[in-house]
Amino acid sequence: MEKTNNMTTGKVAGIIANLVFVEVDGPVHQNEICYINLGGIKLMAEIIKVMGTQAYVQVFESTRGLKINDTVEFTGHMLEVTLGPGILSKNFDGLQNDLDKMMGVFLKRGEQTNPLEDDKLWEFKPLAKPGDVVIAGSWLGEVKENWMPHKIMVPFKFEGKYTVKSVITEGNYKINDTIAVVNDAKGKEINITMVQKWPVKVPIKAYKEKPRPFKLLETGVRVIDTLNPIAEGGTGFIPGPFGTGKTVLQHAISKQAEADMIIVAACGERANEVVEIFTEFPELDDPRTGRKLMERTTIIANTSNMPVAAREASVYTAMTIGEYYRAMGLKVLMLADSTSRWAQALREMSNRMEELPGQDAFPMDLPAIISNFYSRAGFVYLNNGASGSITFIGTVSPAGGNLKEPVTESTKKAARCFYALSQQRADSKRYPAIDPLDSYSKYAEYPEVIEYFVKNIEPEWPQKITLARDILIRGREVAEQINILGDDGVPIDYHERFWKAEVIDFVILQQDAFDKVDASCPMDRQKYMLSSVLDIYKTKFSFETFEEVGSFFKRVINQMKQMNYSEFKSEKFNKNEKELNTIIDERKTA
Amino acid sequence: METKAFQKIYTKISQITKATCSLKATNIGYEEMAIVHGRLAQVVKIVGENVTLQIFSGTEGIPTNAEVLFLGRPPVLKVGEELSGRFFNAYGDPIDGGPEIDGEERQIGGPSVNPVRRLQPSEFIPTGIAGIDLNNALVTGQKIPFFADPDQPFNQVMAMVALRADADKIILGGMGLTNDDYLYYKNVFDNAGALDRIISFVNTTENPPVERLLVPDMALTAAEYFAVDKNQKVLVLLTDMTLYADALSIVSNRMDQIPSKDSMPGSLYSDLAKIYEKAVQFPDGGSITIIAVTTLSGGDITHAIPDNTGYITEGQLFLRKDTDIGKVIVDPFRSLSRLKQLVIGKKTRADHPQVMNAAIRLYADAANAKTKLENGFDLTDYDERTLKFAKDYSEKLLAIDVNIEVDAMLTACWNLFDKYFKPAEVGIKQEFVDKYWPKN
Repeated sequence: MEKTNNMTTGKVAGIIANLVFVEVDGPVHQNEICYINLGGIKLMAEIIKVMGTQAYVQVFESTRGLKINDTVEFTGHMLEVTLGPGILSKNFDGLQNDLDKMMGVFLKRGEQTNPLEDDKLWEFKPLAKPGDVVIAGSWLGEVKENWMPHKIMVPFKFEGKYTVKSVITEGNYKINDTIAVVNDAKGKEINITMVQKWPVKVPIKAYKEKPRPFKLLETGVRVIDTLNPIAEGGTGFIPGPFGTGKTVLQHAISKQAEADMIIVAACGERANEVVEIFTEFPELDDPRTGRKLMERTTIIANTSNMPVAAREASVYTAMTIGEYYRAMGLKVLMLADSTSRWAQALREMSNRMEELPGQDAFPMDLPAIISNFYSRAGFVYLNNGASGSITFIGTVSPAGGNLKEPVTESTKKAARCFYALSQQRADSKRYPAIDPLDSYSKYAEYPEVIEYFVKNIEPEWPQKITLARDILIRGREVAEQINILGDDGVPIDYHERFWKAEVIDFVILQQDAFDKVDASCPMDRQKYMLSSVLDIYKTKFSFETFEEVGSFFKRVINQMKQMNYSEFKSEKFNKNEKELNTIIDERKTA
Repeated sequence: METKAFQKIYTKISQITKATCSLKATNIGYEEMAIVHGRLAQVVKIVGENVTLQIFSGTEGIPTNAEVLFLGRPPVLKVGEELSGRFFNAYGDPIDGGPEIDGEERQIGGPSVNPVRRLQPSEFIPTGIAGIDLNNALVTGQKIPFFADPDQPFNQVMAMVALRADADKIILGGMGLTNDDYLYYKNVFDNAGALDRIISFVNTTENPPVERLLVPDMALTAAEYFAVDKNQKVLVLLTDMTLYADALSIVSNRMDQIPSKDSMPGSLYSDLAKIYEKAVQFPDGGSITIIAVTTLSGGDITHAIPDNTGYITEGQLFLRKDTDIGKVIVDPFRSLSRLKQLVIGKKTRADHPQVMNAAIRLYADAANAKTKLENGFDLTDYDERTLKFAKDYSEKLLAIDVNIEVDAMLTACWNLFDKYFKPAEVGIKQEFVDKYWPKN
């Protein structure tokens, strides 16, 4: 009797930590998912190598107690996520189990939970009508998920063209109800529900084209938006030694960024950091919609103490969910903290398989894996003309803070924005510790992005940014000279130059992520504050001694910080600004 | 470890290395415990019938015909209230001459807490040490190590923190402790009359290094018992985690694994995270807080052990000898408690965060002034004042022998601000200046 693929079974033949050798009795395919039966518990595993009749599988859970000859069942498919309404506001693990549905305080091995709700009713509105020709990703209808229009699409697995035979009328339905019937080219009828599955390692390509990103994505973080802007659909990464504020910065971005949907993949990092999101997001308001932040957020939590093999899966799961929402024409922002942990998971497995190691014992194909992953982000025009995007920002935790290590180097080749966190800035508590000069944004050089700035912010914006950078560069040079020659070894205007750069540092670059007002700075406010500091730069002052310079600018900075702490254009803000002007007038030369 | 009648005894060892031995056996579970020639061992690899065992105390003198007995279970600890006040070795056997524990057996290295079942840590743990409470406040459910050079008094500071902290149980996991340090802890706890709330799992330098690998899991299994079953606040002290990591590298080396940075196993991050992530605030009031020691070699924090630790733990504490005052201080620049934001200004006075930052900034200015001075430059009046401030600040607040309440620390800071600076130089929100700046 011939076996079909999904009937293949096997037996455990060897165990080294979470790498298990399985003797199989039929065909299997690379990356196929299987379940190992450990005394009634089913451990999920993925094939990562096949040698003859032995499949090497990585198990997503602890293999404690597993024995030789324990049985294995293969599923015939790769690791898949379930896509449908109900993903928003969920806390998933790396394999898309709904963590809230799991019983008990401790995670139980082999426990699997439904990522969606089978019984929940959704208010469905048809968008397609009989006779419409549709392809994978075409919108058939929509339901309201929290406040967002969630499109029900032709499953991405469908190939070729289909004709809509019928779409169900407006009403309340469950996710597994048939909401549309389509005919394929041969006239065969196919039922479509609100749920579909998709393998996480395969990019969803249900779009027409992927142009270069050209719009600004506001993050509310001044040093990013003003000096190193990220584009909608762009990619960026934040490398930094521990303690330089990677996670605080990512959390700030996730709270404030002007995106429709935020996916946070906590990959191999601290559990308490995820708990912070769990605790705060349901309480915090989304500044643009007034709804709770959690309503637009999905969390994929695979913290450092959760199974190592699932770390890799978790970033792919997150990206696939992002692609699903992008195909609905939404602006998705995905954050992964940290991609280094994922790379380490790859390293552990490569090591167990006794592969020849690359640099620092990482697998040789690490750069390819990373750039492949980053390339799944992007701004797209869908087949119906709408646009959607995934902006991806990953953090990297370089070993020893050394930016020459393989994960940082590989990511640098793939990501277009580089936010270098500096230990020196962190040590002097200048947060966010993004080094304004070492960091860069390739997008700021794109003509289409510059055009966008000119049109949407102000015509002089690009020049202003260049000027601000120049001031910072000169300030840094002067600081070095003052260090070498001493305060009185340099002319007084050197001090003035140094302090004018400090004004930019303290007022624009530094931002208090824990202050209610200062935490998020909208673009019009950034524009206003940058103009203010540049006006101060252009003003001529007179000083007798260098001590006067320092104490004068400290007062200026203090006053402008008070402005940053006050609601924009509020009475308090205006009062502080007035006081600032009084201080400036003291030293201003006509 | 009594043998049971149905257990099969193997006597044919096919391979012996320094830390492992292999033999043919069937029906063996992964990570199962075994006794080889009277020594405890654990299954680390099974390929077909070939089972590789890691012998914790080393393989010296093991004959090829040694008796091998599989115990059919992973390593366990017997838990119960009777653990209190007792001293155990790495296997959980008493070493204080007292009776065996008669309690429920729990597998060590058990499953992780579901992240959605954790509570956000929010309870401040005052220690009276201003370098910690003021600048790096600790919170229940936190994990934080001291990064210390071997000559620094980290064991003393840790013992002090343990005794002053308000915890129901203190669990000491000693790895590679010198006998002297072991006796030090024993004496300090004894003299403080706190022995009944302290449980110790100790591997001293006299014991084989690989045994250390069991110590953190033993300590944390006991901690989970008290935190989950008894809803208690448990403080776990782990010293020295560098020696733990060294033991990991010994094992991985003997299993022919490819080393990554600094000869450490590629899985070092996950191995350490598995331990530190046991720190948790449970919803029912119980909590596990971990304070560890990671000794550095030559102060190098880029070495794989402190580096990976730093990425896992919620901050780190540095001790430093301040030569100006001749005392050991908690270094305000390099120390960091990541969870302090959850309590300072919330569980403590509202001006706490700003006062803390202002004082550290002024202290940093003093460090710059000092560099200037050393380079032979003239100091400004402001520089002079920061230097004086720094000395007072170090003496009255940062020194580890300070033992005062948080409010007193804040008052001390405000007094120092007033003594040396004008409000504009301190740069604190006006409302706090109005309220707390001393009015003469």
